[in-house]
Amino acid sequence: MRKFRLLVLILVLAAPGWPAVATAAEERFPAPEFETQYEIPTPAHPHPRQDFFEYLDIAVLLAALGLAAFFAIKKRSRLGLFSLTFFSILYFGFFRHGCICPVGALQNVIFSFSGDYLLPLGVILFFALPLLFALFFGRVFCASVCPLGALQEAVIYKPIRLPQPIKHVLGLIPYLYLGLAVLFASTGSGFVICRFDPFVGFYRLSATPFMLLLGLGLLLTGIFIARPYCRFFCPYGVLLGIFSFFAKKHLSITPKECIHCRLCENACPVDAINPPSPRLYKTSKAQQIKHFGIFLAFVPLILATSGFGFSRLTDVLARQDRMVSLAERIHQEETNVATGNTLDSDAFRQEQTRVEDLYRQAARIRHKFYIGLWVFGLFFGLVISLKIIVLMQRPGRTDYTPDRFHCISCGRCMEYCPVQSDGSVTET
Amino acid sequence: MKKKNTNLTRREFIKDLFHKLLLLLLGSFVVSRFFKSAAAGYVWQIDPKKCVKCGRCATACVLTPSAVKCVHAFEICGYCNLCFGYFQPGALRLTADAENQLCPTGALQRRFVEDPFFEYTINEALCIGCGKCVKGCNLFGNGSLYLQVRHDRCKHCNECSIARVCAGRAFVRTPARKATFKNA
Ligand code: SF4
Ligand code: SF4
Ligand code: SF4
Ligand code: SF4
Repeated sequence: MRKFRLLVLILVLAAPGWPAVATAAEERFPAPEFETQYEIPTPAHPHPRQDFFEYLDIAVLLAALGLAAFFAIKKRSRLGLFSLTFFSILYFGFFRHGCICPVGALQNVIFSFSGDYLLPLGVILFFALPLLFALFFGRVFCASVCPLGALQEAVIYKPIRLPQPIKHVLGLIPYLYLGLAVLFASTGSGFVICRFDPFVGFYRLSATPFMLLLGLGLLLTGIFIARPYCRFFCPYGVLLGIFSFFAKKHLSITPKECIHCRLCENACPVDAINPPSPRLYKTSKAQQIKHFGIFLAFVPLILATSGFGFSRLTDVLARQDRMVSLAERIHQEETNVATGNTLDSDAFRQEQTRVEDLYRQAARIRHKFYIGLWVFGLFFGLVISLKIIVLMQRPGRTDYTPDRFHCISCGRCMEYCPVQSDGSVTET
Repeated sequence: MKKKNTNLTRREFIKDLFHKLLLLLLGSFVVSRFFKSAAAGYVWQIDPKKCVKCGRCATACVLTPSAVKCVHAFEICGYCNLCFGYFQPGALRLTADAENQLCPTGALQRRFVEDPFFEYTINEALCIGCGKCVKGCNLFGNGSLYLQVRHDRCKHCNECSIARVCAGRAFVRTPARKATFKNA
């Protein structure tokens, strides 16, 4: 009888679709043989969401992106974009609870290149579709589909313009954040973007006090400094910006010709309207080329300094990895630098892995951090250099146009333009 | 005027070039990943063999109370009168009085079946996933109690907050379709 029950148990446990059962069980006490009609209950194993919902999510994302592109470019409807924002808050936010959003999917993508983690189809599309749309229609994802952006969009009330230098300096943070996220995802140390997602807590209706404060703080800031997370933190925004910069079509402020009325100048909440370039420059063209040449000579220096500087952070950042910090702790315990055990070091000893193996693994991760930080540093140096080069350019713009990198296609400026689609101008 | 025109077209040309380049990049990314993709998503599961009942499941989840609950594999339970998951060590009498119970919320419920057997069930609404009972049962009993992520409660965070601090590093990303561990 007992043998039979054990056999059944093994068969049942080995059957796919059966969630985990404590298998370390030792049968210290024999299973009872009941004399009454008692039936041994089976514990309920609630299933996660059905696959169906994943396909639904993709379909809804596609539809929302299409609609946003339609409102931004064809229909030129701010109202449409704004309504879609609320739909996104409800669907991608409260119904879907945020995860996995395109912003975070970035990390899954990187992670899938390093480990034996297979990217789910849904994650591939959630990462790629907004970029694809950005490449054809600008950042329509940011306009009204992104659940993080939508929440910030809803609180914009009296946006102010930041001084240019501050804007440029703060604008570098997303590149750092992007680099950090890629570094941590590629070393398998964790998903920083998700850890510090300030808004997902609202959607889950549950957050730690710290994240709640961060989220509230950002939303409060967002009343006056529009979309603070999007502009000064969002790492996915960097990618979207690049793709949108080379977009085939892009939202335009005016339906016909810009008449330089300057009505739209202050309309943009995220300060993404480029005014026409000045006719006269203080420096001559020749001088400008000379300055450009001098700067180019400095670029290798910038890259090298940045790369070297970042690589100095190896120890600090590698320690954020669990295996590295565990290895350090075990080492301290073995060499009696630290007294007493932590829960984690106890757990490690129970596992009976060899200490040397742990050290080797930690060293491998640390090395990945070292290489990664060099790459990160070079990348950041390149970003700074490119930014300066762009600032030195004379773009030769003749009209008021959206800055394709930073414009989030919210459509506010369109409402300010007095030019009608038939070319007539309404008096204000 | 003429010069400006060529200037413009050169810019347009470069833009178009980059547009195509990015499209190619994105396309090849999707195609290459597509053939190595997983059809369904992942869920977080605890490998009970690795769990050391550190208690962090109760505190680290983004939800309060935690999405991790104690689950009972009745099949391997001894239906003991003196249950090491139910009673405080050194409990004076084997009764359901609160001071005798290990569970801080009284979520583990005891029911008489027949002499000398008792059935233990978990009231999930009360369980906070602290693992105290699991620890007792694994140390001295059959180990039929274990902690597991309950997928109807779990928000399926992209990075599980408990996984990040789990002392036994017992959290595993498991394909949602076969959330299972083979019996070793
Ligand atoms: S910038 Fe980032 S957070 Fe903001 S709307 Fe765009 S993707 Fe979302
Ligand atoms: S659509 Fe207009 S107002 Fe909105 S971000 Fe772009 S430039 Fe600014
Ligand atoms: S994935 Fe999120 S909700 Fe689920 S157990 Fe982990 S922290 Fe809790
Ligand atoms: S955090 Fe990990 S080791 Fe601690 S109780 Fe939960 S599963 Fe077990």
